[in-house]
Amino acid sequence: MVKKEMIAMLLAGGQGSRLGVLTQGMAKPAVAFGGKYCIIDFPLSNCVNSDVDTVGVLTQYQPLQLNTHIGIGIPWDLDKQVGGVTILPPYEKSGDSEWYTGTANAIFQNLTFMDSYNPEYVLILSGDHIYKMDYGEMLARHIKAGAEATIAVMPVDWEEAHRYGILVTDGAGKVTEFEEKPANPKSNLASMGIYIFNYKTLRAALTELKSVPGCDFGMHVIPYLFRETNNVWTYEFNGYWKDVGTLTTYWETNMELCDLVPEFNLYEEFWQIYTSAESHAPAYMGTGAEVSHAIVGDGSEICGKVKRSVLGSNVTVAAGAKVIDSILMNGVTVEEGAVVRKAIVAENSVIGKNARLGEGSFETSRLDPKVYNSDLVVVGASSVIPEGVSIGKNTAVSGVTTAEDYPNGALVSGGYILKKEGKR
Amino acid sequence: MKAVGIILAGGGSALMKGLVDIRAVAAMPVAGAYRAVDFALSNMANSKINTVAVLTQYSSRSLNEHLSAPSWWGFGRKQGGLFLLNPTITPESTNWFRGTADALVQNLDFIKERHEPYVVIASGDGVYKLDFDDVMAKHIESGAQITVVCKERGDADSSRFGVVETDAEGRITAWHEKEEGAEGKYINCGIYLIRRLRLIRLLEECKRLDETDFVRGVLQKNLESERINAYVMDGYWKNIASAQSYFECNMDMLSPELRKKFFYEYPSISTKVDDFPPAKFNDNAQVRNSLAAGGTIVNGTVENSVLFKKVYIGDGSVVRNCVLLNDVYVGNGVTLENCIVEKKVKIEDGTTVIGDPNDVTVLP
Repeated sequence: MVKKEMIAMLLAGGQGSRLGVLTQGMAKPAVAFGGKYCIIDFPLSNCVNSDVDTVGVLTQYQPLQLNTHIGIGIPWDLDKQVGGVTILPPYEKSGDSEWYTGTANAIFQNLTFMDSYNPEYVLILSGDHIYKMDYGEMLARHIKAGAEATIAVMPVDWEEAHRYGILVTDGAGKVTEFEEKPANPKSNLASMGIYIFNYKTLRAALTELKSVPGCDFGMHVIPYLFRETNNVWTYEFNGYWKDVGTLTTYWETNMELCDLVPEFNLYEEFWQIYTSAESHAPAYMGTGAEVSHAIVGDGSEICGKVKRSVLGSNVTVAAGAKVIDSILMNGVTVEEGAVVRKAIVAENSVIGKNARLGEGSFETSRLDPKVYNSDLVVVGASSVIPEGVSIGKNTAVSGVTTAEDYPNGALVSGGYILKKEGKR
Repeated sequence: MKAVGIILAGGGSALMKGLVDIRAVAAMPVAGAYRAVDFALSNMANSKINTVAVLTQYSSRSLNEHLSAPSWWGFGRKQGGLFLLNPTITPESTNWFRGTADALVQNLDFIKERHEPYVVIASGDGVYKLDFDDVMAKHIESGAQITVVCKERGDADSSRFGVVETDAEGRITAWHEKEEGAEGKYINCGIYLIRRLRLIRLLEECKRLDETDFVRGVLQKNLESERINAYVMDGYWKNIASAQSYFECNMDMLSPELRKKFFYEYPSISTKVDDFPPAKFNDNAQVRNSLAAGGTIVNGTVENSVLFKKVYIGDGSVVRNCVLLNDVYVGNGVTLENCIVEKKVKIEDGTTVIGDPNDVTVLP
């Protein structure tokens, strides 16, 4: 009978709505990061590097990109005879069919998958953080403590603590109190959304809580186990860990990679991050290229100026074009004379000749001020910006736009253009 | 395609100025992120050749390592596969591969056990893109018994290549193998298509006569008895088995058209994938007309150069017309021109080396 000590369940079904048009056509874990990677590469690579060789990836929102990226798991060596990576979408059942209504509900709907590996422990991960972590160490700690559940936590600024699920512990790391987004936090140890459970305990808890609407780990399962077993522990993590859930943090976290010695260093040999690369050819800098304080992905062809920017694979920056303080994802083309400032441009979009992005000054977003609240110009995947137009700050564009969409040749700051049809 | 592929990758080369001290010519890194053997291998895989044997002998560790995960070229399946055939000791023979024909003779069992009607034989040190289906179509159409892929001779040095003459139908009538001052319109690219059973018969003949060289024993000798035709290849082809041609081949890759042909146009050349982050250009970096592969970090100035994976260029250094192989570390204030730098070599701060563009310097 198959027996795996620990399997991982990676929650990758969320939209990540605070990333605006970036997640219009793909789930947040599929969003590009660092000129080469997708966000999900970080937890997936952590699994492989931690010798966790069985990973269920739960998908729901816009899964195509994610499915394509993961495939059968070859880039992570997760194409295995027993175990490996399995994509787990919601499925129809005889009676009681439902979408994944919450994080714990999603796992509950896949008990059969987990049973088939007969695991001792289950590791629950989310697909939306940038970090390198050894889950093996966390498991060792879980076993040593004799815990029913262990929650990875990290110290956050006290002023920020009210935004997180906070765990109060005794000196040894055992949870004594659990507070969800407390007004007056008693601790600054925030849950990272990474859990290890004894599988039997988890299975019983999920079955017990199965009728809870939107059953969630942080809201329901952890408090339930805390009440029932009083044997929930923390594992303190002090490394680099970034939630890239908002446009601003997403942009900043990418930009930090261009620093001389970035805090999160992808250039070290230890604990490599693996990905399904789109291109293997080296990047080419043309005769007139000026590239500094930037990272440039494989297969990109740069003939213009690129400064303080992160460029993905197969990006083209034509002669006379300028890209400054921006993120260009895989396959983006910036045509001659275009100027792109403080923008995030998603996959395969085209910035037309002499177009100017990031002009003028900040205005409140007329689309969604909760999502768009910085100077950033955000362009969705497969969009087209026509020649010569001007686009202001704090704006959003998606789809194929034409000159008619830009009154007086401009999209003013705070504005947006959302077209249905993307470039094919 | 109904053929089995054989790549001859067992050779070193005295013309490589020490670059083959640590690897076979077929394992030479090319174009920043590839190796020479990727071209022959990808051409075969892209022509749907499902079974490929790579014959190795000289300094094969690096090549074996490169080919260790055959899935990057689409092999490693139930049907067919990628086979590395090294010289072995048998009750019959304790010889190394004594030549191209001998290498095939020593692997006759492999060739006999296949079921594909044809065999494509290619050397592992050519950089080109070729559709073997087209070679096969011409082979059948012309009624040839052996097809030899050739290239217009141009200014190629006849002492390095086989020079051939053909009649109006494309049949090879004369073959001058590596002769100084030989006359002829085409040169041999070292790529052959032949029926498997005919190859077995010709190799058994070689074995009987103890003939070890494929060109001499199978081709030159049989120009009259077999119908041996030339297939003239269009487009780029370069043999990289000399330091100068290797250098030129890498420099050729600075051409956008060539990169498009090899790396972007479907089906493209594949290689074993490394997981290095994108190339990084720090504040004072100036990089023009150059290639930079993954994991590379540039602080200084780079012009007309090819930087392979994980190269580091220090502050104030100037690198012009150079090929820097994997993991080369260039310190601060270094000037390098017209050099090939072997992998993992560290160039100390303040070093200046100016090579001759027509006779490239290999460091160290």
